[in-house]
Amino acid sequence: MNCTEFLSKLTDYFDGQIDPALLTEVKAHLGTCHHCEVVVDTTRKTIDVYRGAVTYEFPEELSNRLRAAVMERCLASGKLPNIEVKASAKPAGQ
Amino acid sequence: MAVETSSIARDPHNPFEEVIAADPQPEIHPDVALVERAKAGDTAAFEQLVRQYERQIFRTAQHITQNREDAEDITQDVFFKAFQKLDQFQGNSKFSTWLVRIAVNESLMRLRKRKTSKTVSMDQDVETDEGSIPRDFAEWRPNPEQNYSQAELAEILRKTIAGLPPGFRTVFTLRDIENLSTEETAAALGLSVPAVKSRLLRARLQLRERLSRYFRQNNEASK
Repeated sequence: MNCTEFLSKLTDYFDGQIDPALLTEVKAHLGTCHHCEVVVDTTRKTIDVYRGAVTYEFPEELSNRLRAAVMERCLASGKLPNIEVKASAKPAGQ
Repeated sequence: MAVETSSIARDPHNPFEEVIAADPQPEIHPDVALVERAKAGDTAAFEQLVRQYERQIFRTAQHITQNREDAEDITQDVFFKAFQKLDQFQGNSKFSTWLVRIAVNESLMRLRKRKTSKTVSMDQDVETDEGSIPRDFAEWRPNPEQNYSQAELAEILRKTIAGLPPGFRTVFTLRDIENLSTEETAAALGLSVPAVKSRLLRARLQLRERLSRYFRQNNEASK
């Protein structure tokens, strides 16, 4: 297995979706190719750092505001998905 | 170019259509009961679904659009449209995957509106191999994120992922950040599984290459 062939199997290798015979070949290549070993290690760290970081804040205030706006729009639409809205569920003034 | 589709006959442009075969559900998900209650008029049940998935939908929209105001609008629109189309959700796929598919559709539409002279789709720029062939073979620090404050790290990650084509950014977001399976990602995007794998590989390699300048060992210039 050369580096190009190894790269083509990288996604399956990360996802654990590689057949045993191919996995043996992949591991053999990794044992002899420092560049591919670095690519595997740093790609794994790339995934981990994105999974572990809070890239975008979602504060409680925003959560409450968005949810209130969603529910107001839903109720103001005048009907629930498959039935007319119940009188008690209508917002005040409707 | 039209989006690639799986072998399952379906409409890739209809975000409300569920994909059954690609997302088998051997057990009934707890969301199904909430959806059934919401369909029957229980707004508290729908509000509970909003509460459960608003963060994921907001984060997905912001990753794709790279714009906070757009992400707020999209989050509202996704749940409102889901509410209106709730009777079309039959519980054959995960409710969260259904929501994500609507969110991706809304986000890409928002990008198209913003870039009026350019077409933005899942296929934009994905034919290029630029940045997908590893060139940087420097090892990284054992825990690269420890050299940065949380705010600095977030800025680096935002800036780096913003440089990816939308088609790559979206696949990476769903698969690696939101932790959808390859099959769920394919279903959410209307792509084939091989197409998702191909884009995911190139997205991961491009991000790795770009992050290396910050995280490589013995690189004091990065700070």
